[in-house]
Amino acid sequence: MHNILLNIDAGTIDWSRAQFALTAIYHWLFVPLTLGLAVIMGICETIYYKKGDEFWKLTAKFWQKLFGVNFAMGVATGIILEFEFGTNWSNYSWFVGDIFGAPLAVEGILAFFMESTFVAVMFFGWNKVSRGFHLAATWLTGLGATISAWWILVANAWMQYPVGCEFNPDTMRNEMVSFLDVALSPFAVDKFCHTVISAWIIGAMFVAAVSCWYLLKKREQRLAVESLKIAAIVGLVATVGAAATGHKSAQSVGEVQPMKLAAMEALYNGGTDQGLTAVAWVNPFCQPDYENESEAALKVEMPYALSFMATNDIHGFVPGVNDILNGYTKPDGTREPSVDEKIERGKLAIATLADYRKAKAEGADEATLKDQLSVLNENMPYFGYGYIRDKSEVVPFIPVNFWSFRIMVGLGCLFILYFLVLAIMAFRVPLLSTLTRRLFAAFFLIPETEVDGNDLTRLPAWHYWVPIVLLPLAYIASESGWLVAEFGRQPWTIQDMLPTWVAVSDLQSSSVIITFMLFLILFTTMLAVEINILLKQIKKGPQS
Amino acid sequence: MTYEFLQHYWCFIVSLLGAILVFLLFVQGANSVASSLGYTEEGRRLVYNSTGRKWEFTFTTLVTFGGAFFASFPLFYSTSFGGAYWLWMLILFTFVLQAVSYEFQNKIGNFLGPKTFQFFLTLNGIFGPLLLGGAVATFFEGSNFIIEKNNMIDIGAMTPIISRWANASHGLDALLNPWVLVLGFAIVFLARTLGILYVMNNVNDEDIRSRGSVRLIGSAVPFLILFVAYLVHLLLKDGFAVSPEGVIFMEPFKYLHNLLDMWYLLLLLLIGVVLVLFGIGKTVLSKDYVGGIWPAGIGTVLTVLALLLTCAWNNTAYYPSTADLQSSLTLQNSCSSEFTLRTMFYVSFLVPFVLAYIVYCWYKIDAKKLDKDEIKTDHAY
Repeated sequence: MHNILLNIDAGTIDWSRAQFALTAIYHWLFVPLTLGLAVIMGICETIYYKKGDEFWKLTAKFWQKLFGVNFAMGVATGIILEFEFGTNWSNYSWFVGDIFGAPLAVEGILAFFMESTFVAVMFFGWNKVSRGFHLAATWLTGLGATISAWWILVANAWMQYPVGCEFNPDTMRNEMVSFLDVALSPFAVDKFCHTVISAWIIGAMFVAAVSCWYLLKKREQRLAVESLKIAAIVGLVATVGAAATGHKSAQSVGEVQPMKLAAMEALYNGGTDQGLTAVAWVNPFCQPDYENESEAALKVEMPYALSFMATNDIHGFVPGVNDILNGYTKPDGTREPSVDEKIERGKLAIATLADYRKAKAEGADEATLKDQLSVLNENMPYFGYGYIRDKSEVVPFIPVNFWSFRIMVGLGCLFILYFLVLAIMAFRVPLLSTLTRRLFAAFFLIPETEVDGNDLTRLPAWHYWVPIVLLPLAYIASESGWLVAEFGRQPWTIQDMLPTWVAVSDLQSSSVIITFMLFLILFTTMLAVEINILLKQIKKGPQS
Repeated sequence: MTYEFLQHYWCFIVSLLGAILVFLLFVQGANSVASSLGYTEEGRRLVYNSTGRKWEFTFTTLVTFGGAFFASFPLFYSTSFGGAYWLWMLILFTFVLQAVSYEFQNKIGNFLGPKTFQFFLTLNGIFGPLLLGGAVATFFEGSNFIIEKNNMIDIGAMTPIISRWANASHGLDALLNPWVLVLGFAIVFLARTLGILYVMNNVNDEDIRSRGSVRLIGSAVPFLILFVAYLVHLLLKDGFAVSPEGVIFMEPFKYLHNLLDMWYLLLLLLIGVVLVLFGIGKTVLSKDYVGGIWPAGIGTVLTVLALLLTCAWNNTAYYPSTADLQSSLTLQNSCSSEFTLRTMFYVSFLVPFVLAYIVYCWYKIDAKKLDKDEIKTDHAY
């Protein structure tokens, strides 16, 4: 089997991966703000609809203006991603297109048209449609973006956990057998909830940062205070929600992608009663010697927390990298084969498939074909392993997973704290408010002067700087989440089914390098323009 | 509902999306003539603001066209997009430039200046239709690719990749075929014609309308010459036919035979052409008539739909290979499984609902025509 793989240019695979990563990372800079701002501007316009107060119309229009600048970049970077499945991953497109294409088509029909139709009404319809219709258009724009997220995350979740399909040896591809299994996969539900809710954090942090900048400058104070209150609620709900859905996502990963979880934790040798690593020294630049080290250096862990996170049981069994490579016995008594064994069975599946197709073309009898199909079906779950040359190839790059996970979770905890403080500062809840305010004052989280007050315009300046500093960190946390999701799946484009080097298109690496550079230059320039426009727009304020 | 019906049904849906996409290229067409149609700075802004309220539809239709093709004919998706890499990348590149240009061009903080983004809009306005037209022409003229599914499992194969382009140009070779260029430029001039008709209808400005009726002739005449030339070439050329056993062979006058066999497509084509001519002719001849976009637009959809179905139905290879005839794609050998097509069939019931709210919203937004006052007072590009 090795011979056929030697003819693929390694540069093509690496640059194709890099190009997809580049476009996905850029796209994800704009999408979370779209999803998050959609909620906040929707709330502002709903208040305007209910109260009829022109201030809320102005506020909604202000956030919509910023939404519009960001939205255009999200659209521009998004189109590339869909077509890259074909341009750069053509084998992938055929091998699983029967399943993967459907969510993308549904996304186009259901979500993109909703977004593009109602965003035009939202921007241009203020004086052309009724208030109620305009409000509906604003919410439908956000709903369209969210439905779009649903379908693309269904597609992504399927790559992590392929369900609802069967391999057809006659057509040489995987074919869908249950649309509901694909569309409502538990992995997809977890991924959608975690991703969309985490996007709201960015929206809330963005609104908090802009509002606090106004408070620092002592202008637009009503807009800033009212927006801060909305951001506090959305942010608090989102951060707590992201933590809860994150726990569920981690459990899903533990169940269907144990290698990813082991890489996230730098867990070389697993077992029961596993602790969650709080900190450890994992060199960010090279793969650790997981075969010979018992655990990462300087490891400080929270006892039992990993077992609980992965299995909901503090004594649960969590396999490490070496367990997965060498095979292990699961808690239910079944044995997970070693990677070497999976490779052998994968090779047997590929060879049997070749024999089957040859025999069928030569008109072999039914009994022969039936026997071959029986061997093929028995070994098909390991088909992708037939393209693996060495077991070390199935271990993702541990440092990226380890550090990205820690950055995401660590910053997530910080955001919970921030929005909790902000909510307590913004709203007075009898008894609870007094108690918590005194507690926070004791730890200098709020000034002594604010223990009995709730005037957001009279806080010390450092309070206003906090969300401005946290905003770029929110983006880093969000991108880190995607790094964990995608790096942790390597080397697979589809878990256990198709490694990257068999999924790629037949291109020269030079072609992909050129397009990579073109997109890098274009997207970076456009990002710089967008940031500059946003800053100027914020500086001009809502009256502009 | 047989598998064969579903294959033809999805071919119809994808072709319809393609036909609507060609109609919506009026956005690109108008942008490519914005400087002469608008003439003054204010006039250009009117044109950009007019197309700026519709560009998302073109963009979304392009994406949905791609998604529907992926879901229903994945072998086309992997072969054409992976093979004709440069052709598709250039198309996408021009559309990416367009997507940000509206929002950014006149905003304070745009350190590249409005001219940069207006140049991007012009670039997309010319090269978007040209390259998309060229890509459509390959459905009739053929492309240089080879497909071998056993590559994934064949130890002796050169590569595990199923679809390969047979030369290093990755799709740019299509532009060396003069007939590809003829259809490509026909689409460019069609887009300009539709763009002028659309702006004349959508913008309430006498200067633009009077310039539009003059500029219309300059775009419509080359379009008609190029279109008629390509249509005659198409009807006379050999086509890529498929035998009942799935063997692909060249058949003289295949596309002419297809139109005669499928008389309803011929009728559709004729009605479409007449409507386009009516839309153009009445606008040129009548001083007060500005509704030409509607007959011309509907006519464009019908014409393109008829042509796309002519290249795929009636036992025809819709994506022929000039490198290896038997690698050519047919509805049967490139489609998704029956289960997927059936599932997507039910999903497609949503399309009329989607069309209904698009039409309603479009009607509400365009009920009052765009004028100079509106771009001064409201959300404007």
